[in-house]
This record gives sequence, C-alpha cells and structure tokens, in this order.
Amino acid sequence: MAQIFPRSANALAKTILVLVPVIVGGLLSILLNINRLDYVSKVNIPLDQPVPFSHKHHVTGMGIDCRYCHTTVETSAFAGIPPTETCMSCHSQIWTEAPILEPVRASFRDETAIQWTRVHDLPDFVYFDHSIHVSKGIGCQSCHGQVDQMPLMWKANTLNMEWCLDCHRAPENHIRPRAEVFNMLWKPPPDHDGRELVAKYKVQTAQLTDCSICHR
Amino acid sequence: MIKEEFTRKSLDIAEIRTRLTQSDGRDYWRSLNELAHTDEFEEMLHREFPEQASELNDPVSRRNFLKVMGASLAFGGLTACTIQPEEKIVPFVRAPEDLIPGKPLYYATSILDGGAATGILVESHMGRPTKIEGNPQHPSSLGSTNAVTQASILNLYDPDRSQVVKNAGRISSWQTFIQKFEEVLALQRSKKGAGLRILTQTVTSPTLAQQLATISLEFPAATWHQYEAAGQDNAHNGALLAFGKPVNTYYDISKADVILSLDADFLYEGPGNVRYARDFSARRRVHDKSGEMNRLYMVESTPTPTGSVADHRLALDTGGVESYALATARQLGVESQGATASAQVATGWIAALVRDLQKHRGSSLVMAGQYQSPAVHALAHAMNDALGNVGKTVHYTDSLQAGPTDQLHSLRDLVNDMRAGQVDALLILGGNPAFDAPADLEFAAALEHIEFRAHLGLYENETSDLCHWHIPQNHYLESWSDARAYDGTASIIQPLIQPLYNSKSDHELLGLLTGQVGLPTLDMVRGYWQQEGKYTDFERFWSTVLHDGLIPDTALPSLNLDLNKGLRLASETGKALEEEEVEILFRPDPLIGDGRYVNNGWLQETPNSITKLTWDNAALVSPATAERLGLQDEQMVQLNLENRSISVPVWILPGQAADVVTIHLGYGSSRSGRVGTDTGFNAYALRSSSSMWHGTGLQIVKTFEQYPLASTQDHHSMEDRHLVRHADLAEYKKHPDFAHREVHNFPEDLTLYSDFEYNGSAWGMTIDLTACIGCNACSVACQSENNIPVVGKEQVLNGREMSWIRIDRYYSGNMDNPKVHHQPVPCMQCENAPCEVVCPVTATSHSEEGLNDMVYNRCVGTRYCANNCPYKVRRFNFLQYADRDTESLKLGNNPDVTVRSRGVMEKCTYCVQRINAARIDSKKADQPIADGQITTACQQACPTEAIVFGDINDKKSRVAKLKASPLNYGILMELNTRPRTTYLASVKNPNSEIVES
Repeated sequence: MAQIFPRSANALAKTILVLVPVIVGGLLSILLNINRLDYVSKVNIPLDQPVPFSHKHHVTGMGIDCRYCHTTVETSAFAGIPPTETCMSCHSQIWTEAPILEPVRASFRDETAIQWTRVHDLPDFVYFDHSIHVSKGIGCQSCHGQVDQMPLMWKANTLNMEWCLDCHRAPENHIRPRAEVFNMLWKPPPDHDGRELVAKYKVQTAQLTDCSICHR
Repeated sequence: MIKEEFTRKSLDIAEIRTRLTQSDGRDYWRSLNELAHTDEFEEMLHREFPEQASELNDPVSRRNFLKVMGASLAFGGLTACTIQPEEKIVPFVRAPEDLIPGKPLYYATSILDGGAATGILVESHMGRPTKIEGNPQHPSSLGSTNAVTQASILNLYDPDRSQVVKNAGRISSWQTFIQKFEEVLALQRSKKGAGLRILTQTVTSPTLAQQLATISLEFPAATWHQYEAAGQDNAHNGALLAFGKPVNTYYDISKADVILSLDADFLYEGPGNVRYARDFSARRRVHDKSGEMNRLYMVESTPTPTGSVADHRLALDTGGVESYALATARQLGVESQGATASAQVATGWIAALVRDLQKHRGSSLVMAGQYQSPAVHALAHAMNDALGNVGKTVHYTDSLQAGPTDQLHSLRDLVNDMRAGQVDALLILGGNPAFDAPADLEFAAALEHIEFRAHLGLYENETSDLCHWHIPQNHYLESWSDARAYDGTASIIQPLIQPLYNSKSDHELLGLLTGQVGLPTLDMVRGYWQQEGKYTDFERFWSTVLHDGLIPDTALPSLNLDLNKGLRLASETGKALEEEEVEILFRPDPLIGDGRYVNNGWLQETPNSITKLTWDNAALVSPATAERLGLQDEQMVQLNLENRSISVPVWILPGQAADVVTIHLGYGSSRSGRVGTDTGFNAYALRSSSSMWHGTGLQIVKTFEQYPLASTQDHHSMEDRHLVRHADLAEYKKHPDFAHREVHNFPEDLTLYSDFEYNGSAWGMTIDLTACIGCNACSVACQSENNIPVVGKEQVLNGREMSWIRIDRYYSGNMDNPKVHHQPVPCMQCENAPCEVVCPVTATSHSEEGLNDMVYNRCVGTRYCANNCPYKVRRFNFLQYADRDTESLKLGNNPDVTVRSRGVMEKCTYCVQRINAARIDSKKADQPIADGQITTACQQACPTEAIVFGDINDKKSRVAKLKASPLNYGILMELNTRPRTTYLASVKNPNSEIVES
C-alpha cells in the first residue's frame, strides 16, 4: 500500500503548528487593539461640520468663556450646543457678509436648525454627566484636550472605558481647583496635591468604579 | 386563535377540597394546579424557565429558522465590531427659556376615567412626554396613580392610532369635512336641528358643556345623547330613587371606622379610586402594636382587589347581594316597599355586622357598587342616613356630569330615532358604540338609516367603519380641556406635545356648530374660565391653574338631601337563583376597561390582579360550579343567553360566587390594532339592555376544544416557604413577633464571603403587605420608567414575561371563599447575592451602596444569574422584544435607561437612574440626600403607599424605622441571601364576634 502522505508533509505539519498560534494570536491582538486605533476612535481627526467653527479663534483669539455657548455644563448632563441665536448675537454685527457663515444666517432666517456632527459621542449605554464633573473639579481640558488650540474640532482622547477608568480609579491625578475648571492653560502648581482636593470635594473614589455610576 | 383537542388533565376538585380541609388553614397556595400537583405546575416550579422557554419553539419553518440563525450570527457577532455611526446634534434656533437639555420638565394635567378627572404630573424630556406621575396637589390623586393611568401614555405613541381624516375609507382632509358638514348644517339650520344628533361619552367638562348648551340654543330641536359602556347608570337611578334627584356621592374614607361594601370595588375603580385607596390604607398602618385599624366587610359576586383586602368577605350572586342589602337595611331600621324576596341570608355575620355598624354611628360607611341595581344604591343611601354618616363619611353634591342622564335610556332614544328615520346627521364623539352598545339595540344596523355620520376617535374601530367620516381624535396629552374630579374639583387638561398627527379634539369638532371654527382650543378653555368673571387678576390666576393643574375651590358644595320616605324598590330585588340556574355577570375589564385600552400592550400583558390572566378574558366560574358542571380550565364552552351566544374558555376562580359566571367586557374586537385585534372574546355580543351587568338563565354548552390561556399564577413560584406571613390584629397585639415564629433564620455571620462595608447610603425597601391591594400600578409604572418591553401571549405562555416587579397572589383557606394575599416581588438586592458570584463576566456586581448592579452592555447572556436567583426576579431577553423600529414608540422611551437588546439579562435596579440623578443633585448642592428625595417608580405610583424606599444607614429614615417594626421580615432568609427588600407582614382586623369556618 502506497503511503498517503509524502515526506514533505512533515515539514508542512511543523509549519502549520508554528503558524496557527501566530496567526490566531495576531488576529486576537488586532481585535483587542482595534478600538485603540485613532482611525477607529477618531482621535485627532477633525470631522466635517456645516460651518468650520474654530474654537482656537473664539477662545484664544476672542477670549470667550466656555460657558458663553455651553450654557448648561454646570447644571445638566448635557453641556449644551448653542442655539443659532447665540451665534447671531455677535454675527449680526460682525462678519455679516462672510460666505462661510451663510449656513448660520440661513438657519436664523429660515428657522431651521444647524445640524452639527457630534465629535464626542459616547455609546448610548453610557450616561455621562457634565455637571458633576465640573462641580468636582475636573477641567474641560482634562477630557477635551487643548480645545483653545483647535482650529477645527477633534477628539483629544479615545473616550474608551479604560480611559474613563484611569481617572475614576485615581481622580487625584486629574482633579484641579474648581476655580480653574474652565481655564484651558492651567498647569498643576508645584505644591498641588490632588488627594487634598479629592478629600475637600468629597469625591468618593470607591464609588466611582460602581458599574451603575455610568451604566444603567 | 389556537384551539386544539382537549389535552389538559382534568382537575379533581373534590379531592383538592378534601386535602384543603385536612390542612390547618395556614397553608398558602397560588392555584388549584398547585394543590393538585399537576404536571404543568411541577414543570413551572422546578425550572428557571419552563421547558422550551429557552428554545425557539415558535412554529417556524426550516427556512425561518435559518433566517433567524443567520440574523443572530450577524447581530451577535458583528454588532460588537461595528464602528459607531456618526450622530448629529441639532440645537434650537431660538432656545426656549425654561428648557435645560438633559433635565426633564413636569407639567400638570388630568386624565379622565368615565368622565371623572384625576390630576397627574407628566414628565417631559425635550418636549416628549415619557412618564406619568400623580399630582400631589390634586384631591383625587395626592401623588399616586393607578395602572391604567400609568399605561395611558403608551396610547399616545401607539403606531396604530388613526392618523388621517377618512371619508368612506379613503384619505380626505379636515377642510373637506368642514365643507361637507357646512352643507349638512345649512339644512339643519332651517329645521332648527331636528335631524341633528350628537353622541358623546360622559361629559364633565365645563367648557364642553357650555359648547353643548350653545348648540342647543342654535339648534333647539337637536339632541345630545351620552353613552358609555361602563357608565354610572345604576348610581344615577339609585340617587333618583332615594332623593328624587341625580346626585354625586363621594366618601371620606379617612373618617370611616367600619365599612360595608356592597360589591363596590372602590379601591380599584370608579371616580376617586386612587384617593380612596390612599385614605383606606392610611387607616390600616399598625407598624407598632398600638395601632388601630378600620374594618371592611365586603359582599361581592366576583373577586376584586377590594375584596382581597376585606376583613370579612362573602361571595354571593346578584340576588344574594341585594337580599343582603335588604336584610342589613331592615335591621338598621330602613323601611322599604316592593321587594318581594324574603331577606334570608345564609350567613352568621349579619347580626354582628349590624352591631358593628351601629356601634360606629357617624364613623361607618355603606357603599354600593356601580354594577348593583338602583335598589342597592338607594338602600345604601338609606343606611348611611340611618347611621348618621351623611356629612361625615358620605357627601352628596350635584352631579359631576353635565346633563346627568340615564345613559342606556339616552342611547335607546337615539337608536329609536335613528330607526324611525328622524336622524339626518350624527356626530359620535369618541367611544365605539357599534361594538359596545347592548346587542339588542342593534346600534350598528340602526346607523345605516342616517345620511351623514361622522366619528371622532383615537382609533379606527367598528364604529368608524360604519361612518362616512372618521376624524382622528387628540390623545389627552395633546389636548386642552377641563373636567371635574370625584368631588367636583375642576381640573385642567393641558397638552404636553403638539398633536402627533392631524387630529382634532371634541372642542374643535363641536366648534363647527358653535361658530368657533379655527379657534384654538386653548382659547376655548381659557375663554370659558375668563367669562366666569370670578377671577380678578386673570393672567395670574391662569398661570397658577396651569401650574397646579386644578382650579382652586371648585369642589362642589355638599348638599343636604331629604331621603324619600319608604323606598319603593323593584319587585325582583333580592330574587334568589333557582335550582341549577346560572347567572352571568358582565364587568369592564380591570385593565383594558370597556375596550378603550385593548390596543395597549402594557395593559394586555399585565396580569389581572386576581385571575393573573394576560392577553385574554375568560368565563370565570367557581370551583364548586366547575365541579357541578364538569368544567375544566381552558375548556371552550358556548354561553347562551336569551337568543345570543358566544364561545369562551373557562377559568376556574377560587372566591367566585357559586352559580355565577363572570366575563370581562372589552375584549374580542376584530378591528383594533396590531396588539388588540383578536385577543380574548367579545362579551358585548351577549350583553343586552336588560342584562347590562347581570343576566339570569344562562345556558352553558360544553365543547371538547381547549384554548390556551396565558395565566402567570404559577410562574416564578418560590414554593410555599413562609413567603406570606399574616395574622389578625388581636393575635398581632398578643404576639407582635408572629412574623418570625417557626422560621429558621440563618446566622448572619456564617458566610464564606467577607461583608461589604457601607460608609455612605445603603438603599433598602419595605413593602407593606397589609396595604397592598394588588392593583398593578407599581408594575406598570416600572414598565414605563424602565423601558420594559412587551413580549406577547405566546411568550407569556413560555414564562418569558418581562415585568421587573411581579405581584404574586396567594390564597389561603377554603377554595370557595379563600383569603387573598398580594405580594409584590421586585429584585431583593441581596447582601449576599447568589447572582453576583456566578456571572462569568461580572455583568452583575455589588455597588458601594448595596445595589446589585446590572450592566446590560456587559452581559453575554449565560443566564447563570437567573438560574441562581431563588426569588426568580431576573428577566431574559430571549428575542429582540424591545421595539427598535417603530419611530413613534421610540419617542416614549425613558432616555435615562438603556433599551435592552436580545440576549441580555435585566432586572429591577431600584430605579438607579433616579438614585444617580438625586445623588448628583445633592453632591452639587453639597447636601446629604434627604429622606424621601428619591422615590422609585413603583413607590411613587403606589396608591396605598405600601412601598417605601430609602437609606437604611440613616436611622431616621422612614424605611429604617419600618425595618425596625416587628412586622418586618425577609423572604427565603434561610438561604442567607440577606435581602435588602423586606416585607411587613399582613394584618387584618376581623370582628371577634364572627367565627368563620
């Protein structure tokens, strides 16, 4: 009876033995890391918007406070996107003819909303609340990055769960005095001790990792 | 509809009866199946979910199976890998002043039930109403609601609502209708309206009443008729009999020490039921043994929630209730004439009852139910008069109704005119008379004689099919109107949202006759109160009214009435059933009402308080009658009454009066929507104007067909392991710790796991079984708050219903008139939770405040947790139950709670979204969370305040105090689960002079 497998089958079997774990392992690591890719999490990628709004110009250039537009950031879960009326409070006076602002004027004229593309979009099963973060001394910059330097808006952080947990496990590394929350240029002074602020603001760190704090 | 050969094994009722007599009467049981240990019951008992509940056993073909499997691969595998779709943010152009995105607003409005208003507050998220709560300032609510009110919001978003004006079944427009109607009106003007008829439901709205009055000036010969299938005709006629005028009766239950209810289910239905339940239970709190309780005697034919909390209950047929009323009245010195029946009542306790009533002159109360004959109402009025209760526990006012009338009489007049060809044009404002009018009137056939018929309705139904015009009606959350509450308080109905479709209100339709075409309904309602002229600063008055939801000081003044001497009762009052005669009772369904909520999935799937049936009605018979006639559960029978007949399945109901068949109205519509069509059986087909609530001479013809009924009474059984604990008040005073006797409690330190420490709040709950009336308000409130899906009858039959808080109903004692106990069971939030330790992916875990958190996005659906939960409170999404496709239904979801997907476990979380919101608010304000700041949805809805939630670490909180009561006990404590939800044992207050067998 002739042999079923030729001699070369030995080499093939050995190669497969080596390759299979490599391929499987590779696939697994791709799967596990795919969400960390900037392409997937859209970190540092500006999104198309109806109007190329520049935070850099408005914040650094004009010195407008975050809360002038994001009015509900201290009271509600949602920070608030300004109504067209807010834009027009200045732009009915300045840059009234700028073609770039035509969608804003059209919105005001026709009573139709401007449809912005959401840059910081959490999954629907995550319930984030701006107001509590702001009142406990987490600065805008901690999550949104140097918005004052962004000519177009992009995400500075992945907003992945591991990133949230970094702070929820150790808020002392990110907490700042309440007065500095809206200060985009704040740097921790040399004598800064986050643990003092955590105690002062009564942040219950243990509770911050309860599942129901964010998911329900 | 599924019918098959009769396969169910027959129950041996005689044997169960013997077994019950041998027990010591302390045993609690849920169903006759349980007592008989049938196969069906054992199956339900021993598995987490009954057999095949975990399999896809719908009658699917191979092709469908492959489709479903393909879909599950796609959904299960790939959804986790998709890149999040881009979302838009759409800000306002001009932002409204009060609205903070992310924070709900609350508006006061009112809901109508049989014309009577109950004040509510409606939660609105960005202009979308999502949840209904009671209005604490409104006298008929005091902050609570009932199940139907909770569910009414679903109708607003029902995709089956009628959406366009239709003419002869084709899409038309409101403008075209106005044109055509103007032509009709032009003719009618010349005839002074002689051919014009308006049919409404019960009207209590002052504004609508004024419009109708204007119409009668302009069209003096036109007539207005009122009809509602479950109306208050008997109360109306009873008042006429007793006082010679139609009056509204309302009660002050908080002052009543002894109550006799003659078939009045006052805690559950009728005007003021939520308020009555609150006042009634407030007199039954005995958390420490010094407490005193009121006492309720109930005489009824078919078991009701009120009957289930009564201290003494009798089950009698209609004639029996009447003769009971007669006998009691005679002993109280009430004179009456006419009734030929001998007032012999086969009970020992009438003498004791009369002594008890007489002992409490001025603080007793006799009530007659709306289904009882006018004679019983008159007798109740006379008894209250004789007992000196009038002005104390009983109050009379002018009728709530505008134009009070005997509605059956009113409808009959209309039908006679229709048949005689005297009607040219008929406007039907709401309702479905072609379906629910008494069968002998043949309303549908009479409609054919009219040249112009128009129907205004929330749904297209049997009536709209027979009308030339159908106009979609506003949901009450889309309308401006007003109405009167049970005591006459004028209440405002204000819209929460613009009409979703091109619908119109009653006011707008009648506005066509009063020259108010195109006038906004706000102006009509506001205009009415402005021209009243009583209010000096009207703008200020009006904004207060809109804020409070009611118009202050409009409760109708109490009347001093003279009782007619020597009541003249109908001769058949109190007539006993003949040998082997069977009586039929018609009652509106406790959940879907007269049929108006038939397309409401929440109410369809909520188990009836007593029968625990979902999705169907049935012919309810007592065990004794079933035994005599040889009837079995689910057996189809033909019911013949006079010359009409229907086929219905039988359901054997302990506590039902002998020789009485009860059938609930409202089911069996062939023309509702996707939810309601072909559910249950149409009892209206059997009901005639001579048998509105009961008819004698019923024939029952047995068949050998079986119809599956989805009753949940045996689902989620924990076996009888000291779950319900109960004592009489006297025994409780003697042994305050009765709830802890004979129970093995596990030593608390005996555990392998280390204890959790709670430095902040520790949430806990108590549920008072004395107060619970089993009304389902908590269950539906939970469904609304937590986006709980509806699963359908097939799935309920598989034990897959999703309710997070179920209400277990237990019986004890003999099966002909057992005691009933209701036990709401939410998640127990165990300290040593068996579910937490078995989850392989930690999708359920213990929080710092002691909640068993459930993380839907983490759950992979192993169902180990449900298998390990001794309380059976975890619910699994076997299929994609939540509707993700219907746009209108999405609007009604609570945005603060995740909508769960297929393959995910879910359960009660103590409304963690409300806890989080309160915690964030209190942290921002740097204040501790006050006791009572957080209410769970079930607690907030509960009319009897049976559910109390709070921080058990705060020793001053209400819940902590209740947990210190000797009545407090946990269930299945022997498993050392240490539940956070505990119960307060049930206490009843029977009369010591009465010894019941």
